[in-house]
Amino acid sequence: MLRKKECVAMLLAGGQGSRLYALTSNIAKPAVSFGAKYRIIDFPLSNCINSGIDTVGVLTQYQPLVLNEYVGNGQPWDLDRTFGGVHILSPYEAKKDTSWYKGTANAIYQNIRFMKMYDPEYVLILSGDHIYKMDYDKMLTAHKEAGADCTIACMEVPLKEASRFGILNTNPDGTIYEFEEKPKQPKSNLASMGIYIFTASKLFKYLELDEQDPKSEKDFGKNILPAMLNAGEKMYSYRFEGYWKDVGTITSLLEANMDLLGTVPNFELRDSDNVIHSRSPLAPPAYVAGEVVNSLIANGCEVEGKVINSVIGTNCIIEEGAEVVDSVLMGNIVVKSGAKVNYSIIDEEVTVGVGSVVGDEKSVACKVEGKTSGITVLGRGVEVSDGAKVAAGEIVDKSV
Amino acid sequence: MNTTVGVIFSSINDEQVPELTKVRSKGSIPYGGRYRLVDFTLSNMVNSGITTVGIITKNNYQSLMDHLGSGKEWDLARKEGGLILLPPYSDESEMLYKNRLEALKGSSAFLKKCKEDFVVIADSDAVYKLDYSKVIEQHIATNADITLIYHEHESENSSYIILDTGKDEKVKSIEINTHAKGVKKHYINAFVARTSFLLNVIQTAISRGYTSFSKDILLAGLSTYKIYGYKFDGYYSSVSSLESYFKSNMDLLDKTVRKEIFGDRDIYTKINDAPPAKFTETAKVTNSLIHDGCLIEGTVENCILFRNVKVSKGAVLKNCIIMSENLIGEDCKLSYVVSDKDCIIGNGRLLAGYEKKPYFINKGTRI
Repeated sequence: MLRKKECVAMLLAGGQGSRLYALTSNIAKPAVSFGAKYRIIDFPLSNCINSGIDTVGVLTQYQPLVLNEYVGNGQPWDLDRTFGGVHILSPYEAKKDTSWYKGTANAIYQNIRFMKMYDPEYVLILSGDHIYKMDYDKMLTAHKEAGADCTIACMEVPLKEASRFGILNTNPDGTIYEFEEKPKQPKSNLASMGIYIFTASKLFKYLELDEQDPKSEKDFGKNILPAMLNAGEKMYSYRFEGYWKDVGTITSLLEANMDLLGTVPNFELRDSDNVIHSRSPLAPPAYVAGEVVNSLIANGCEVEGKVINSVIGTNCIIEEGAEVVDSVLMGNIVVKSGAKVNYSIIDEEVTVGVGSVVGDEKSVACKVEGKTSGITVLGRGVEVSDGAKVAAGEIVDKSV
Repeated sequence: MNTTVGVIFSSINDEQVPELTKVRSKGSIPYGGRYRLVDFTLSNMVNSGITTVGIITKNNYQSLMDHLGSGKEWDLARKEGGLILLPPYSDESEMLYKNRLEALKGSSAFLKKCKEDFVVIADSDAVYKLDYSKVIEQHIATNADITLIYHEHESENSSYIILDTGKDEKVKSIEINTHAKGVKKHYINAFVARTSFLLNVIQTAISRGYTSFSKDILLAGLSTYKIYGYKFDGYYSSVSSLESYFKSNMDLLDKTVRKEIFGDRDIYTKINDAPPAKFTETAKVTNSLIHDGCLIEGTVENCILFRNVKVSKGAVLKNCIIMSENLIGEDCKLSYVVSDKDCIIGNGRLLAGYEKKPYFINKGTRI
C-alpha cells in the first residue's frame, strides 16, 4: 500500500511567550486558554483538519506538560489516525549532536526524519500563537498552480505597525523580491503571518544547507527565506483576508478575547463550516441566575453575580454580589461574593476572595503605564484573600 | 476483586412518553441541556468501575447508536469488553421481545460469554447517582440471590413495583401495579445478581415459558430465592410521562440537585464541539441552564436550553425546555413549552402550556 501524505504540517509550539508574563510561567504559549473554552493551539489544529491535512507534528520545547496532555492522541480534532495524525515532537537525545531546538529552522531540521516518514510533496509550517480561521488547502492550491518553491501567507497591516513583522516586498504577480525581518523603515505593509508552504525537497535542501552555516541563527525569517530568495527560488506571497491576531502580548490577548463579543463579532466562532474543535470538558450546561450582558459563558459555570463585557471560561463560579467587567476568566475560577474584577486577565484555578478588588475600571486603568497597559494579570493558582486589593496593571503570580 | 458486568435496558416503557420516543428510544431522550437519559445509568456503571456494558435495544435505536458511538466518551471503547449494543434477535419467532424477560433471554448469549462474577441490570430512564459497587458489597454480605435497589418516595401513579423490606433489608412482600398512598419503597428497576444465578433463572424461565420478570421471577420467587432490597437515599427521579420529564429537568435548576448529580464525578456524554454561549447587550437570563453554542438576545427565565439554541431579540421564554438547534424568533412568548430538536419558531409566536401539561413541539417543526 502507498504510504504517503501529500502535505504534512509542522506546528512550532515551543515558544516561551515571555510577553505573557505570569500566564506562561508554567505552560507554553500555545497552551494558553482563549475564548472561554479553547487553547490557542486549537486554532491551527482545527484549521489543519478543516483543510484536509491529517498529519501534524507539534514541536514543543518550553514547559510542554500541559500542552502534551492537552494534545494527547489528537482525538478532539479527529487527528487520531492509524497513519498520520498528530504527533508531539520534543527535542531528543541522538548518538551525536544532542541538543535543544536552537531556532525555528533547526527545530524543523531535527525532525526531517519525521517528515520523510510520510514522503510528502509539500510541508506546511505553522506557528502556535495566532488566532484565525484559514483554509490551508486554498493556499496549497495556489502554491501548486504557481509552481512555487515556497509560498508565504501574508496580510496587510497598518504601516505604523509594519516594523513588528516580517515584511514582504512583492511584484504585481505576487512573487516576492525581498523579505525584510522587522524592518525599521518598511517599504510595504504586507506582513508575513508565519505560515509557509514549502515544496518538500526544497525545504529539506535549504534546511541542510543552513545547518552547515555556523553563522546562521537557524531561523526561518532571518535565514531560510532570505537564502532561498538569494538563490533565485520561486517565492510567492499568498494574500489572506480575514481575521488574524497574534496573541503574544497581554493587550493583544485581551483584545482578541473581546473580538469574540457582540452580535456581529470581529471574529465569529459560530461557524458550522469551520468548527474550532477543542478538548471540550465534561461539564453540565452553565447555570445563570445573575446579570450577564455582552459576554461569553462556557459550560460548567455558575453565575449568580454580574458579568459585563467579559469572557468566562469553563467551570467558573461568580457568586452573588460579585462583579466581573471587561475581563477574561480562563477557567475553574471562583469570584466570591462582593468581589470586583475589572479589566483583568485571570488564569485558571484562581480564587478571588470575598469583597476583594482586582484591577480598576477600564477608563481609569487604561491610563496606567506599564508592561500590560493597565490590564491586571493573575497567574495560575493565585489566591486573592478576602478584602485584598490588586492595583490596575499589576502582574501577580503569588497569592496575595 | 469481584468483577461486574452491566446490562442496560434502553427501550423499556417507551410508550409512556410517546411524544419524546416517536423518533428515539427512551434511553436517548435528550435531558438536562446536554445529556441523554442513558448517560446517567451508564455513567453510574462506569463510575462504579464497570468496564463491560451491554445495552439492550429494541426499535428506533438509531439515535441511541449515534449517541453512544464506539463508547469512547465513556471510556468504553475497549479491546476487552467495553460497550456492546444488543439489538433484538429472536430464534423462535419473528416478533420483537415484548417484555423484560424476553429481552433478557436475548442477552443471555452475551452474558454467557462474560467472565464477570456479578451483573447489574438497570433501566435507562432515571436520573440518580449511585455507586453500584456498594450494592454488590451488600449483596455479598447478605448472601442474597437478587438485590433490588429501591428508593422511598410518594407514589405518583400505579405502574410501580413496591417492596416491603424488614430491618435486615430482606424483601417481605412485593406489590405490582397497586395504587398506594404515602411514602413507599419503590423498586427503581435496577438489580444485582451473580451472573451464573441470573443465567440459571433465565434458562428456567425459557424452559417453563415464563413471560414476566416481576411476576414469574420476583413475586413467584419470593419464598425460594433470597431477595433483598438496597436502600438508595440520594436524589432520584424517573421519566414516566411528559409531566415527569418536565419536572425532572426543572429539578436541575436546584443547586443541591445539581451538586449531587454533577459534582465530584463526571456524567459522561457524547461531546459535540460548540462555541461558548453568547449573551448580547439585550440578554436577560435568570435561573436557567444554558449550554455551549447558545446565542441569547432575549429574555430567558427558569429554562433549560440545549446546544445551539438561538433566542432572538424581544423573545421571552419562561419555564421552557428547548432542545438543540432550535431557533426562537423575535418577540416570541413561550411558556411551559418543551421543544424537541431542530425546530424553528417564527417571529411573534405565542405558545403556552401548563406545568402538568407542557406544550410539546415535535422534532423539526416550523411554527
